[in-house]
Amino acid sequence: MAGIDHTPLPFFKRGPAPLALLTFYVALSVALLVVDLRVRSLDIIRQSASIVVDPLQRAAQTPGSLVDLAQSYLVGLAVLKEENAQLRHAQLRTAPDLQRLAHLEMENARLRSLLSVKERENAKGQVAQILYTARDPFSRRVVVDKGQQAGIVAGQPVIDETGIVGQVTRVFPFSAEVTLITDKNQAVPVQVVRTGMRSVAFGLGNGQLELKYIPANADVQSGDILVTSGLDGIYLAGFPVAKVTQVERNVAYSFARIYCTPIAGVENFGEVMVLDPRQPLPEPPPEAVTRTSTGGEDNTVLRTKKKRAAKAP
Amino acid sequence: MQPTYTSSRILLPVRPWFVFFSLFCALLLNFLPTSHWPGVPDWVALVLCFWSVRESRYIGMGWAFICGIAMDVADGAILGQHALAYILLAYGASQLSRRILWFPLAQQALHVMPLLVMAQVIPVLIRLLTGADFPGWGYFISPFVASTLWVPATFVLLLPQYQPLEQDPDRPI
Repeated sequence: MAGIDHTPLPFFKRGPAPLALLTFYVALSVALLVVDLRVRSLDIIRQSASIVVDPLQRAAQTPGSLVDLAQSYLVGLAVLKEENAQLRHAQLRTAPDLQRLAHLEMENARLRSLLSVKERENAKGQVAQILYTARDPFSRRVVVDKGQQAGIVAGQPVIDETGIVGQVTRVFPFSAEVTLITDKNQAVPVQVVRTGMRSVAFGLGNGQLELKYIPANADVQSGDILVTSGLDGIYLAGFPVAKVTQVERNVAYSFARIYCTPIAGVENFGEVMVLDPRQPLPEPPPEAVTRTSTGGEDNTVLRTKKKRAAKAP
Repeated sequence: MQPTYTSSRILLPVRPWFVFFSLFCALLLNFLPTSHWPGVPDWVALVLCFWSVRESRYIGMGWAFICGIAMDVADGAILGQHALAYILLAYGASQLSRRILWFPLAQQALHVMPLLVMAQVIPVLIRLLTGADFPGWGYFISPFVASTLWVPATFVLLLPQYQPLEQDPDRPI
């Protein structure tokens, strides 16, 4: 009998079966995950969603900022006077350097032009306010209040009054996300001031940085100051980054373990400066072709390279 | 529907705007700076789980997905990380809803706890797979706090559906 086992017509209108819906949504979110991780081409979705989410987040920050406002309103006159005096002292202390800075810069530019060395870039930027810390417990990021509207692009370095804070990694219409130098995936090319040795400082994710791949016998002491080396085309040279706090030399390993703490108030709130992107570095010279290759395949590669080189001029 | 299966009070039908308003409030609560403190529950997960158990006609995997994307964008996390967790939470809650509602509230909280723990563990697993560090055990306190909040959440979220005990036909409101 064909008519017995067929299902009756649905009495109530219902959507697709829950399991089908679950499969669809799980596939969708896994696809989003993979695309965001591998291709990183979902910025348009992120930006459009942030137009809705960003006002909500700013609204959620208002109670906290109101408490701050009340605190700053109720702070005593004496405290303010003391702070004012301290700031005056600090200004006076830096005055000799600052007053001669213009003169020195001019002299530097003249000497450089005499030596026919490329001019040094000037650091310019715009001041931004840190709005809030991103809620993600796995990364160290803050959100600042300038975005595409202010012309911010991803990759710009961010500093505060003492040193490098981080780098802009994502830009939204009205805000931008700054990854701090202590984030686990963040690396800053640095130079030890005392010896001039170059290295790369990696964030550890716990508020510290580590100098990696430094030989165990390298001349690094605790207390050394690290500044940006400017080799990456992102950070200008000479900004303070971190101070070495601990050097572990273990004979079992070929590298020393060097821990540093950031000099800038990386975990503080307040105002930061987003520096303009650097001028692009000159093209690296073409790689030299080695002549010592013996394998058959290498020879063919060499030959094709030679052919290309012959065609090029 | 009754507030609990032993109760003899009949609830008014839920108002859809209140369901979405409560989700909106949960999102706002999640965006507060307090969410950095250890043990502060994931409010969106709690509210989503509650409505998936109670009213799976209004709140299902679609809204879970939208809330998840909003949370991902707000966190600056990988897109789809919270979405996946919330979708599985909504699915589990709606599948268990026929069973859960037959228990007293404390036991309902026990039933919901594994779902909330799962919603907290999935983002950790995804981030560990992509090379992040383990965030520490303090991160896992919040689903247990959230499940102890099941009883107060039930009271608060069902509040607009209670009818007055003594109804006076002459009273205007």
